[in-house]
Amino acid sequence: MDPLRPVSDAPSPAEGASVAPDLAELLKLSGRGDQGAFSQLYDAVSPRVFGLAVRVVRDRAQAEEVTQEALLEIWRTASRFDPDRGSPLAWMLTIVHRKSVDRVRSAEASTRRDTSYHQQNQPVDHDATAEAAHASLEARRVRTALGSLTPVQREALELAYFGGYTHTEVAGLLDLPVGTAKTRIRDGLIRLRDTMGVGGA
Amino acid sequence: MSIDIHALSGAYAVDALDDIERAQFERHLADCPACRAEVASLQEASALMAETVLEAPPAGLRDRVLADIATVRPLPPLVTGLVSGEAVARRPARRWFPGLVAAAAVVTAIGVGVGVTQPWQDESSQVQPSAVDRIKAADDVQSFSKDFPDGSSATLYRSTSMNKAAIVTKNMADAPSGKVYELWLQHDDRMVAAGLMPDGPDNVVELSGDPATADGFGITVETDGGSTSGEPEGEVVAVVGFDQA
Ligand SMILES: [Zn+2]
Repeated sequence: MDPLRPVSDAPSPAEGASVAPDLAELLKLSGRGDQGAFSQLYDAVSPRVFGLAVRVVRDRAQAEEVTQEALLEIWRTASRFDPDRGSPLAWMLTIVHRKSVDRVRSAEASTRRDTSYHQQNQPVDHDATAEAAHASLEARRVRTALGSLTPVQREALELAYFGGYTHTEVAGLLDLPVGTAKTRIRDGLIRLRDTMGVGGA
Repeated sequence: MSIDIHALSGAYAVDALDDIERAQFERHLADCPACRAEVASLQEASALMAETVLEAPPAGLRDRVLADIATVRPLPPLVTGLVSGEAVARRPARRWFPGLVAAAAVVTAIGVGVGVTQPWQDESSQVQPSAVDRIKAADDVQSFSKDFPDGSSATLYRSTSMNKAAIVTKNMADAPSGKVYELWLQHDDRMVAAGLMPDGPDNVVELSGDPATADGFGITVETDGGSTSGEPEGEVVAVVGFDQA
């Protein structure tokens, strides 16, 4: 059974612990109500969660809200995570991404979409991202893999994933025939997947 | 259908479908194992993109998230097929906080139907409405409310000068058969038993112990009679800090 943990002043685990936590195990314990396990999960994934929310939502205060909502949902639904169907990180980030996209779409866009795409969304300025990302070997591998996409695949994928646009909107932004952006997005994802060797493919 | 619906898998994996397409594709997914597998693999790929945008969250967020989760019980697993007898036995017979009809006149129900014959009575005294009213009328009364997702709620009233606290529940389901809700007061890093709650959706229970010096309170589900170890052993329903008014 799970101990009831005190509510405040929980010491945070040492930063930069060298042992990668077992995210699947932490999710499983979280599903049983283990708040200590969830705090470890937070420490392990929050830079990805918050970074993704900021990238999609853009407004930091709103990104914080989205992060908070998404993490609460991850806590609530932790027992529904099925390790046979994917990695814990992908499962969590899918929840975060969905909430972020819902936020930008409902916040509608008045400001964002009244501004021209090129002015507002200098296509994925990687240099503006956190310093930490540059240090990450994984990030470099991902960037290299993204670099192997055709330019239109990459732009379509980044507008969809980071911009939160629908494939129809992406087609409009990139002057592609309606219906073709979804193919570019899919082709780009397949290449990214195969280059990175994920997804059991 | 003129468009090949399978071709939406990539856009679905990155949430690039509009609501109508999303609903259509999810209906399709239910019947198409190939698309389910492809979507899963493409979500692995898209999640990698987050590696390129890492950003440390603001310092205060961690505490807010951990305070949030303390108030929400995780959902039980989706059970498919046979489960072990043990797993069945551990699953609560009912949801704990079913959203019943919104209680408009909860206050009038307070103190009615209290379980005065329960064995835990000497640990936790049921208060008459007047007792909680006295706490609520204190100059220094504080209240700490927790709303649960199904519409039920628990509110604790505390008066430091009286060194008294009482909890008022609304729409709260009975604890599972053989179980009981136990109340706790947090003192530093320890949880101190503060009484048991009787069955019934709307209760008021005065907490034993020293609410004035406590840092927070909690509710767990324990075996009938309450935890015998003096520490919380069962599932946590809520834990609330007194600094979170
Ligand atoms: Zn299909």
